[in-house]
Amino acid sequence: MEEKKPIIKVVDLVRKFDEFEAVRGISFEVEHGEVFAFLGPNGAGKTTTIKMLTTLLKPTSGKILINGFDPLTQQNEVRKSFGIVFQDQSLDDELTAYENMEFHAVLYNVPTKLRKKRIEELLKFTELWERKDDLIRSFSGGMRRRLEIARGLLHHPKVLFLDEPTLGLDPQTRNHIWEYIKDLNQKEGVTVFFTTHYIDEAERSAGKVAIIDHGQIIIRGTPSKIKEQAKAKSLEDAFISLTGKEIREEELGVGESMRYNQRLRHRRQ
Amino acid sequence: MNAIYILWLRQLKRYFRSKSRIIGSLGQPLLFLLALSFGFGPIFQKAGGGNYLEFLAPGVVAMGILFTALFSGIEIIWDKQFGFLKETLVAPVTRLRIMIGRTLGGATIALIQGIIVLIIAYFIGFRLSSINLLLAFVFMFLVAIIFTALGTAIASLLEDMQGFQLIMNFLVMPIFFFSGALFPLNDLPRTISLISGANPLTYGVDGLRGALTGISQFGLGTDLLVLILTSAILLFFGGYLFSQIEI
Repeated sequence: MEEKKPIIKVVDLVRKFDEFEAVRGISFEVEHGEVFAFLGPNGAGKTTTIKMLTTLLKPTSGKILINGFDPLTQQNEVRKSFGIVFQDQSLDDELTAYENMEFHAVLYNVPTKLRKKRIEELLKFTELWERKDDLIRSFSGGMRRRLEIARGLLHHPKVLFLDEPTLGLDPQTRNHIWEYIKDLNQKEGVTVFFTTHYIDEAERSAGKVAIIDHGQIIIRGTPSKIKEQAKAKSLEDAFISLTGKEIREEELGVGESMRYNQRLRHRRQ
Repeated sequence: MNAIYILWLRQLKRYFRSKSRIIGSLGQPLLFLLALSFGFGPIFQKAGGGNYLEFLAPGVVAMGILFTALFSGIEIIWDKQFGFLKETLVAPVTRLRIMIGRTLGGATIALIQGIIVLIIAYFIGFRLSSINLLLAFVFMFLVAIIFTALGTAIASLLEDMQGFQLIMNFLVMPIFFFSGALFPLNDLPRTISLISGANPLTYGVDGLRGALTGISQFGLGTDLLVLILTSAILLFFGGYLFSQIEI
């Protein structure tokens, strides 16, 4: 019976930043083993929602359950339940691939014996085993992403959050990464919750889709149902007809605005 | 292995891999030791202060620790910038343990840096007249903890490097100059005495000097007490600010 409950349950979730309401009362559910795409234009509230789901941000009001746990009161249980690949990179450049994995395993309390086996398994799975002792500094964007996905899976999470996992990657690498994700979803039964701006990826990979705009979910269902309702040929057309053609500006968060200061990179002072 | 240990280990690995950082941060203490001891030594001696290098060396060791410790606070901004901080913040580990692991790591590096400066001072001619190295290490470690925690506290509030740089300039140099590292604190104008008295590094320098050369102004007990209290307060303060970080 346990397995029948939704793995992610969100009810009337609200987040305000001062006057601005970034997320305005959204509700949705994600079932066990589902691949769920969370789509929306820039600034629609995607990342804010993911941050609330992953305990990085406290909701103003509303209820969240991840794997049956509440991120407000059962932080540790929630944190053990999910793995995450952030929108911007989150590896330690000065450590090797193996050390990054090991760091994660220790933080998540993966038992020593299991740790080695699991790291090897995942690094081989993402084809990074030969490069395990190289510093991340020497890794390409695609390799970094693969490592982040491997790392996110290290502690056997029930849910994997992917915030624009393929941003800035070439079509080959994107394809490759989606192969991994789908494979994982099938082999390990991991529920995948992802956001992307490549709507075709969502159409191809997601079982269910929710489209969020101005902090509210405007439609959700299977890709074909959404296309049908919007009377569109592709999910991308449906997306544009539902959210309009106007271009959105996104307020930059700490991480993003700092990425613009990359001239500081490696210039320790 | 636990979380605090792996966080500590990460700091050390990063430190030992960055040879330029180790060497670069030794430049300043070396310059102070050489230029000041040769430059002011004769005057200090004539004024009846005794051997200036003996007076100066504990102060410069403390300086090396001060700089390295505060700098390791920067690493939080660094980790914010390169995204690694998020990785630790979503892990099932309390913020307090993350902060303790990082602070211990930063403090250990600062301690190592202090020991290297001490060795350099020895080669320049500094001789320990009272050999209580163990006590000296205790003082060095406390200074390291205090300023790593202070760096962490400041870095938790800031979002970019530029701001940190500014605060460092208005903080590090005054802390160093008014700590009694370069000149004796007796017979100073009242304002300066007050500033020095409120400066935690003053007690670190005094304690270290007491442990290494046997001459201490406040007494080692007072120094120890002040340092332990200050580190407790700053760890608490830094821990609180670190727990408030939202990304």
